[in-house]
Amino acid sequence: MELTPFLLGLMFSGYGLGALGALLGGERAVGRWAAALGVMSGAGIGTMLGLVALTSRQHWSVGLPALLPPIGLFLRLDGLSGFFLLVVGLVGVAAALYSIGYTAHYAGRYALRRLGALLNLLLFALGLQLLADNALTFLLSWEIMSLSAYLLVLTEHDQPETVRAAVWYIVMTHAGFAALVAMFLLLAGGDLGASFSMMRVGAASASPELRTAVFLLALVGFGSKAGIVPLHVWLPLAHPVAPSHVSALMSGVVIKMGIYGLVRVLLDLLGGGPAWWGGVVLALGAVSALLGVLYALMEHDLKRLLAYHSVENIGIILIGIGAGLLFHSYGRMDLAALGMIAGLYHTINHAAFKGLLFLGAGSVLQATHTRNMEELGGLIKPMPWTAAWFLVGSAAISALPPLNGFASEWLVFQTLLGGFSVPALGVTLGMPVAVAMLALTSGLAAACFVKAFGITFLALPRSPEAAHAREAPRTMLLGMGLLALACVALGLAPFMVVPLLGDALAGMGGLPTTLPALTSGVTIQTPGLAGHMAAPLVALALALTLGFTLLGMRVAGVNRALRRSDAWGCGRIGQTARMEYTATSFAEPLRRIFAELYRPREDVTVDTHPDSRYFIQAMAYESAVSQLIERRLYEPLLRLVKFGSRQIRRLQSGSLHAYLLYMTVALAVLVLVAQWSW
Amino acid sequence: MLILQPALALALAPGLVGLIRWLKARLQSRRGPPPWQPYAELRKLFGKEVVVAHSASWLFRAAPYLVFASAVVVTAILPLVLAPGALDGIGDLLVVVYLLLLGTFVLALAGLDPGTAFGGMGASREMTVAALAEPTVALAIFGLAIGAGSTNLGQIVLQTLRTPILAASPSHLLAFAALFIVMLAEAGRLPVDNPGTHLELTMIHEAMILEYSGRYLALIEWAAWLKLLIFFTLLANLFLPWGIATTFAPGALALACLALVAKLAVLGVILAILETRIAKLRLFRVPELLAVSFVLGLLAVTASFARV
Repeated sequence: MELTPFLLGLMFSGYGLGALGALLGGERAVGRWAAALGVMSGAGIGTMLGLVALTSRQHWSVGLPALLPPIGLFLRLDGLSGFFLLVVGLVGVAAALYSIGYTAHYAGRYALRRLGALLNLLLFALGLQLLADNALTFLLSWEIMSLSAYLLVLTEHDQPETVRAAVWYIVMTHAGFAALVAMFLLLAGGDLGASFSMMRVGAASASPELRTAVFLLALVGFGSKAGIVPLHVWLPLAHPVAPSHVSALMSGVVIKMGIYGLVRVLLDLLGGGPAWWGGVVLALGAVSALLGVLYALMEHDLKRLLAYHSVENIGIILIGIGAGLLFHSYGRMDLAALGMIAGLYHTINHAAFKGLLFLGAGSVLQATHTRNMEELGGLIKPMPWTAAWFLVGSAAISALPPLNGFASEWLVFQTLLGGFSVPALGVTLGMPVAVAMLALTSGLAAACFVKAFGITFLALPRSPEAAHAREAPRTMLLGMGLLALACVALGLAPFMVVPLLGDALAGMGGLPTTLPALTSGVTIQTPGLAGHMAAPLVALALALTLGFTLLGMRVAGVNRALRRSDAWGCGRIGQTARMEYTATSFAEPLRRIFAELYRPREDVTVDTHPDSRYFIQAMAYESAVSQLIERRLYEPLLRLVKFGSRQIRRLQSGSLHAYLLYMTVALAVLVLVAQWSW
Repeated sequence: MLILQPALALALAPGLVGLIRWLKARLQSRRGPPPWQPYAELRKLFGKEVVVAHSASWLFRAAPYLVFASAVVVTAILPLVLAPGALDGIGDLLVVVYLLLLGTFVLALAGLDPGTAFGGMGASREMTVAALAEPTVALAIFGLAIGAGSTNLGQIVLQTLRTPILAASPSHLLAFAALFIVMLAEAGRLPVDNPGTHLELTMIHEAMILEYSGRYLALIEWAAWLKLLIFFTLLANLFLPWGIATTFAPGALALACLALVAKLAVLGVILAILETRIAKLRLFRVPELLAVSFVLGLLAVTASFARV
């Protein structure tokens, strides 16, 4: 911990130098390298810092009043911020490595200088935010983060789609920011300079109404960043249009700041709350998870599909955290810790596999110039490495053992199953529903990634672009490989990650300082419904069985001949990509089953020959699903805002006399009010 | 035991399927192939060369091994003849469910790989059914686990052996019914999927593996039969565990093997009669069937709260 200030200085100067290098290096390769090296050194040191904070179980804090007078920056590093530094570092290093190759084709088209500098600024803000120990530092870094992310989204600013998405993003994030300012004002009694430790003391003695207001504002503020349904609408718009390494960072890391904020405020600062808080978070999580995956299934834009899965996974994280808060309120601290650990574990897991998947989608986009899955296919042959990494990510996000998604989803399941021991009707009735929703979510996610991987990488190419794709450059493959490795390692080592997370949470917000051990050897054992799982042994058993199968077949003298031939086609000769299942047809059964939600619209236009309607000249088929939340919530809201604006505009008559009148009236009102209040 | 249990499962699975096929044929007044026909099928398939489509990638060739391995690992975790099973320590019921999902996932990808319409159709339908069955599986696990205080398979078996009245409790009966329906869906039996169909449009599992031949097909078929045996074992030994060995003693194990064969045969007879009596459902009626199983699962959990 003595090294902390030194490392901290190195981290921030790494980002600073990276930004400087990007600005000076400009459009040349040296600028791309400088920007990436800045991020990599900063994020790499941040990872080390996070590991130090996680393993040492110590806190470190510093006040720098001179940096931002009159209040000053206040920083503090504890286990929780250390863990999130690790999340930032992991995706940061991989995305930066990837960006060296990926941004090459931006040269001359878009402002590379700005892209590199903003990337460093974004990571700088993330680092600052995780260390923030007073409201001002937190809000300042939050705003830098939001604005730099906004400008990064706008990189390809000549596309109308990008501009529209950026507008959605900036509006939603500022609505959230307003909620956060209000929340901190309430929490700190109007003093934005108040430190988090003062808020902790103040919150403990605050009235229940005030605490409830803080809870709701935190939910809106952090929820709009994390992409909780119904505040998620910007996410599937903004994440796909950003450059892919930025998408990876936004989906992998930036939305996790909403999770960090929720845990920091609800658990650490407020010290937990009544049962309904946990219930609300849990319910919002379950709804986000299910709606996220259901809309993802209907997407055939590869990156937008991934963005909807971010909504889903934020939901899974919140199921864990919500259940944790719920058990906290019933005094079941062992289960509360389990839920929090499950949520945080899924946070880093999602960062790893979603970062990987977005980078993979970026490679596909760069090689084929399309995100539309209906024009892809067969990429496993020209792009074997990208395909392999994407497959690892797909299996991980589908929670397949022995990868990391399974480890954390198993923990979330075990948390929910523990609910049977809480003697409250709402919990006993709610938990089975949550369990079922989570199970359905994970089943649908597996279906969705069979589609995402299968349609994009397998079968025959559906367009000339896909047929002539080339493998991504080495730096991009290395960046993806790093995250794929993380997916495997995090999946095999839950017995190491879980105790570390327990240490990070111990003593926070009423949790006991020593938590009951959840691991013995390589096995995880849960309280509540005692269940155990030893991920490395599952992997070993799978590997051994594979080996024995191959060996057994060799020994038994199985026929090893292999012949290549045409696929069987009911007697037709020749096989074209038009005969393949498409992304739309793959998801068709589910679209019918969930038609109540999707309200699908289908148009078939048939042009027949003028002489006979039995001769068809052309046929056009169009289908779309409607977005429930956009239609029912945001469209009326936008209409209301527009209506209100029109009404207010009437005041702006342009007549000097009217303005003079307004001023006189305003003055009179002010005088009257002043008179009254005395 | 580590080798014995998977070996036993591998040996029994073809016989179980053969028995069901033979009995179905008899019930339908056909002579039918003898019950040991699946063994001969495996032998034949392992002796044949493999034909792989030009359009298929390495994934197509790796998938059969992964599907097979995931099913075999599950048989080592299960309380097949010994409770707790040989690998009971490495995972609970949730691990078993997700290992089976791993097999389904890989096979669905392999279905898409050659780029034929049937493969894609099978993959799409298989994943739809698997996803919709998932909530019921989770709820049945929940219901069972509450009774035993644990999600570990060995613990569930031992708890039922200690308190036999559990087997007759409403929650166990409801969970049994729910899991039975899920078994029909997951193992690709009527009324969800017809394992004997030759009409491509009605196929689910068979459409997905249409491109496979030779040793690859042998592995996939064997894994599919194992999956049926796995679900039968779950139904038999989690709900009616009597006969299972709780210590590693030759006498008890021999008895357990006999008990297992008897239980599998009874379930096989039930399935054969059921499959003779009912017709296949349209694909879009399957969700209704799974909704029934879901409600049963939910009732099972609720009923188990009433007791705890």
